[in-house]
Amino acid sequence: MSVLAAFRDSERAAPILERIRARNTGPVSLMEFCGGHTVAIFRSGIRSVMPEHVRMLSGPGCPVCVTSNADLDRAAALAKMPNVLLATYGDMLKVPGSKESLAEVKAQGYPVHIVYSTLDALRLAHEHPDKQVVFFAIGFETTAPAAAAAVFQARAQGLSNFSICSVMKLTIPGARALLDMGEVRVHGVIGPGHVSTIIGADAWRFLPEQYGLPVAISGFEPLDLLAAVDALLEMIERGAPGLSNGYTRIVKAEGNRMAWGLVNAVFERGTATWRGFGEIPESGLLLREEYAAFDADRRFQPEVAASSEHPACRCGEVLRGVVEPPDCKVYGTVCTPDHPLGPCMVSSEGSCAAYYHFHQGAARPH
Amino acid sequence: MKHSHILLAHGSGGSMMHELIREVFLPAFDNPYLRRGNDQAVFDPPGGRIAFTTDSYVVQPLFFPGACIGDLAVHGTINDLAVGGAMPLGLSVGMIIEEGLEVDTLRRVVNAMRDAAAAAGVPLVTGDTKVVERGSCDKLFINTSGVGVIRDGVNIDGASARPGDVVLLSGAIGAHGVAVLSERKGMHFATPVRSDSRPLHRLVAAVLDVSTEVHVMRDPTRGGVGTTLNEIAAQSGVGIEIDEAALPISPEVQGACDLLGFDPLFLANEGALLAIVPEQHAAAMLAAMRGREEGREACLIGRVTDSYPGIVRMRTGIGGTRVIPMLTGEVLPRIC
Repeated sequence: MSVLAAFRDSERAAPILERIRARNTGPVSLMEFCGGHTVAIFRSGIRSVMPEHVRMLSGPGCPVCVTSNADLDRAAALAKMPNVLLATYGDMLKVPGSKESLAEVKAQGYPVHIVYSTLDALRLAHEHPDKQVVFFAIGFETTAPAAAAAVFQARAQGLSNFSICSVMKLTIPGARALLDMGEVRVHGVIGPGHVSTIIGADAWRFLPEQYGLPVAISGFEPLDLLAAVDALLEMIERGAPGLSNGYTRIVKAEGNRMAWGLVNAVFERGTATWRGFGEIPESGLLLREEYAAFDADRRFQPEVAASSEHPACRCGEVLRGVVEPPDCKVYGTVCTPDHPLGPCMVSSEGSCAAYYHFHQGAARPH
Repeated sequence: MKHSHILLAHGSGGSMMHELIREVFLPAFDNPYLRRGNDQAVFDPPGGRIAFTTDSYVVQPLFFPGACIGDLAVHGTINDLAVGGAMPLGLSVGMIIEEGLEVDTLRRVVNAMRDAAAAAGVPLVTGDTKVVERGSCDKLFINTSGVGVIRDGVNIDGASARPGDVVLLSGAIGAHGVAVLSERKGMHFATPVRSDSRPLHRLVAAVLDVSTEVHVMRDPTRGGVGTTLNEIAAQSGVGIEIDEAALPISPEVQGACDLLGFDPLFLANEGALLAIVPEQHAAAMLAAMRGREEGREACLIGRVTDSYPGIVRMRTGIGGTRVIPMLTGEVLPRIC
């Protein structure tokens, strides 16, 4: 059996599930802070095997979803500037902005290219010396090192036709903001796997120490997630919140210091606007002064009208865990993956999309 | 050929087009229908009902591990006939070539079509060539149409799945999708995943030899097994439940999917057969499939139920359940 197959094995899952069902915790809500976890939980049917008293909640972990319409509109404005070629992740393309999505901007004939990493965008800059390549940098700590490396390389190569529009965000200020709002009662947190690879498991110690919440860092296979749920229930049962790292095959206590060091050399923290949350101080990664030449906003100063959101869309509340996708009136009726009103329905890591695609008995349009 | 690249004049209808046909197409596709040199192939009316289908191929890149646009264009149309229970009589070939294509590339594609047609025993009986200006198409587009004959007693229809039927799958899924996507992205795996492009008409015949009572057959191409099952569930007004543990997926395809974030259920296949049949025939039909190379890994992957019409559900590896959705507009490159 291959390593990954072992993490999907029903025989190994059975005893963990038995333990989960036997834990005496009372009703609890566990939240995952990572969009990859949201999808993995739905894909493997984990919600369907949880006992009734264990409720799984999705948090603000989808980087496409938390991108504000104001930032999205700015990317669209950049794409329309003369000589600019906008490079973006494919997931961002169909998200409706205030007026239009990047897919619609592309259809109007503006050059919008789909890339799989920042380094692809850097290659585009080399391939199109006559164009100004702007990378729309979304994402959390996981994607930040590649963005930092691209900017670092661009400066070393003296590349004058590459810049980034950074709307990258930090998960820990986001998690704090959500908990400080106090809108939703959470009893334990499934800690993000790949974010923790970079910032380290220890970065999450504030949850037990300051909020009294147990946290379990998890991988993305069904058994990883079941083991994380069991670890959280065990800590809740004992009344001893702590940090559990079940993803030790990748996540170290201190993280990847070299990658994180590069991020901090290129970026500094600043205020970022999150969909559903508004401005969160110290939660955004902005280019440092010495890399200002690679800041697309400073280079092109796009003019953007005030942003707006579809009045019926409840993505903001979904991202805060206040409502579940089917609680939204337009979910699955007016708002579908082919005709999304908000990002949570279109991003591959969005809660509404995961619900729509995988949820047992979910409403399906005809 | 005097030229190393295709010129607009090769599609002009004049002497250069005749040169292209004479030197590239005719020697490869040679058969009595073509040799007559008429504008159409002429058949004697066969017994049984006629099946007729068409498909266009715009895959990029033209060549990928295990196949190319040429054999794909032959297999794809044969398979569209086969899953209706038809034995193919012959195919037409329409080529739209971009000005500037290397003649050697065209020859490689044409030779792949020749070999695929010969191996399948299905002649390419009529054809057409157009050359368009550079930039008007991407190197080479191919359309093939096909005519076949359905044997008596066969009534295969997407609306015919019935509660109690079982779902059979001829073999491992996802290989074509991974082969094309990885070639396109320039990703070369240590164990390359090869496209499963192959003709299915003989496999279908082997199943129909067991019994003509086959309710639905499909070859799950674009959209994969997941989308095809959804189409059947909607057309037949039934629920379908499949078992994740029973799905045949090679370790290479699974590994590539884990790495790239794809779901094998939604990757294209070009040589897989899905059959929905009454349970009493399942064992014999599986045995008949396994008796052929293209069905060696055939297995039963699920059942048809009346409990949730129009919905496909999966029992997951850990014993949970979830819905299998239809593929919704993902950003995927051209794969066929």
